[in-house]
Amino acid sequence: MDLFLQQTVNALALGGTYALLALGLAVVFSIMGLINFAHGELMTIAGYVLMYCGIAGVSFVIAVPLALTASVLAAVAMERIAFRPVRNGSGATMLVTSFAVAMILQVLFQNLISTRSQPVLLPALLSDSVRIFGMVIGVNKLAAIVATVVLLVFLDWFMKHQKTGIAMRAAAEDFAIARLMGIKANTVIAGAFALSGLLAGVAAVLWVSQRASVDPLMGFMPVLKAFIAAILGGLGSLRGAVAGGFLLGFIEIYLAAFLPPEMQEFRDPIGLGIVVLVLLFRPNGLIPSATLKAEKV
Amino acid sequence: MQPLLSAKDLHVRYGAVEAVRGVSFELQQGEIVALLGANGAGKSSIMNAITGLVPTASGQVMFDGKDITGSAPESLAPAGLTLSPEGRRVFGTLSVADNLRMGAFALTDKDAISAAWDRVYDLFPILRERKDQYAGTLSGGQQQMLAVGRALMSNPRVLLLDEPSLGLAPLIVDQIFDLILKLRDQGVTLLIVEQNVAKTLQVADRAYVLVSGEVVEQGKPSQLSESGTMQDAYLGAN
Repeated sequence: MDLFLQQTVNALALGGTYALLALGLAVVFSIMGLINFAHGELMTIAGYVLMYCGIAGVSFVIAVPLALTASVLAAVAMERIAFRPVRNGSGATMLVTSFAVAMILQVLFQNLISTRSQPVLLPALLSDSVRIFGMVIGVNKLAAIVATVVLLVFLDWFMKHQKTGIAMRAAAEDFAIARLMGIKANTVIAGAFALSGLLAGVAAVLWVSQRASVDPLMGFMPVLKAFIAAILGGLGSLRGAVAGGFLLGFIEIYLAAFLPPEMQEFRDPIGLGIVVLVLLFRPNGLIPSATLKAEKV
Repeated sequence: MQPLLSAKDLHVRYGAVEAVRGVSFELQQGEIVALLGANGAGKSSIMNAITGLVPTASGQVMFDGKDITGSAPESLAPAGLTLSPEGRRVFGTLSVADNLRMGAFALTDKDAISAAWDRVYDLFPILRERKDQYAGTLSGGQQQMLAVGRALMSNPRVLLLDEPSLGLAPLIVDQIFDLILKLRDQGVTLLIVEQNVAKTLQVADRAYVLVSGEVVEQGKPSQLSESGTMQDAYLGAN
């Protein structure tokens, strides 16, 4: 039982990170139909900012906002430079563009920084652990869960009650009509990218604080997982992305913890098998996007 | 007098198909003008070209003395021109109140915004009752009211209404046409596309009849009804 609770905390921490990443993908996808595979490189950028801050002796409390600012600015720049020119292109054009952006950034990291994994200096507090209800929980895990919850509550409030957030939901549902109301296309899309940059930045801080290192390909795996999570939840649905992220986190952690040792090497296929099984019964994901459903009718 | 809205030799193309071929028309301040014609005559294409939802191939659209040809859709609501689109297209996943709030997106003056809320809730008391409900759960008639209400939230001087009565029960259709007259009394200039020709001719000051993307006749309703062109336009005879 103790082990189960302990693993549940781990699953919440990992699932929360996937949820933030999947949400970042979903925010952009819901508005412009782009699956941004360069989302992971936003994470990597935030990771490198943390690394350089550590080298320069900048306190972690200042390094985190700097890292978040960097990923937000990088996301906005990415939209302005790479995606705006292909905005009216097909989904495939935008997808290939995002792969190109991801690869260019990876090559830049490899050539300008290092091909190898670099250590990131973290405050000692993060590797401490605390005792809650008889469980020993790492501060980094606890911080991940708290940060995820705070960010999700903030986003929910922003999308429901802030004029800009409501405008983003309106644009996600019917872009042309939203523009007719005077909602500027550029503002909404740049806003979506800024939001996805913030989410990638927070995810990067959480990711790095579990591993204390950063490498040029750091963002690739988590974003691939987040993409799976977004599909699992229902592509384009924000709530679905969060649900899918958590579910994927739970599947991975529980399989790693409870699968017999001789089956551990089949962990990933089994995990993805569960995902496929869920999609067989709910082809549009756990919480399908209302807009996509409407288009099919 | 200079028209408030006018189009000159407007062309709209979808690939090889020319949906609108050299249409010219004008609206004077305070008028109700109708565009009539069978399906595919190019009425909605004209509406969409004016508001920038589809590109204009050639020609010129003037609003309030300014050339707005090919303007971005988002620049028109702040200038005082908006469209209640065909098929209503309310934001179904937003509440009724949020739909209206988005309608007022272009307004910045607080007093103007609160006046817009009062006006729309006075015109459509049902929207006040349903304000917290998702727009997607409203009936067709209520969604149409919401679509018109949302357009009115921007305080337009010119309102384009695309098929406002399509698919509605007869009683609601009467309400929509009453509303059109009421809006004119409030100083809104209206351009209407409608399939309910009889009712439209009762409220319109002037009408243009379109066949295959061209204006074949124009004038006051009394002049149009007497000629045979109207029947031809709808029945497709040439």
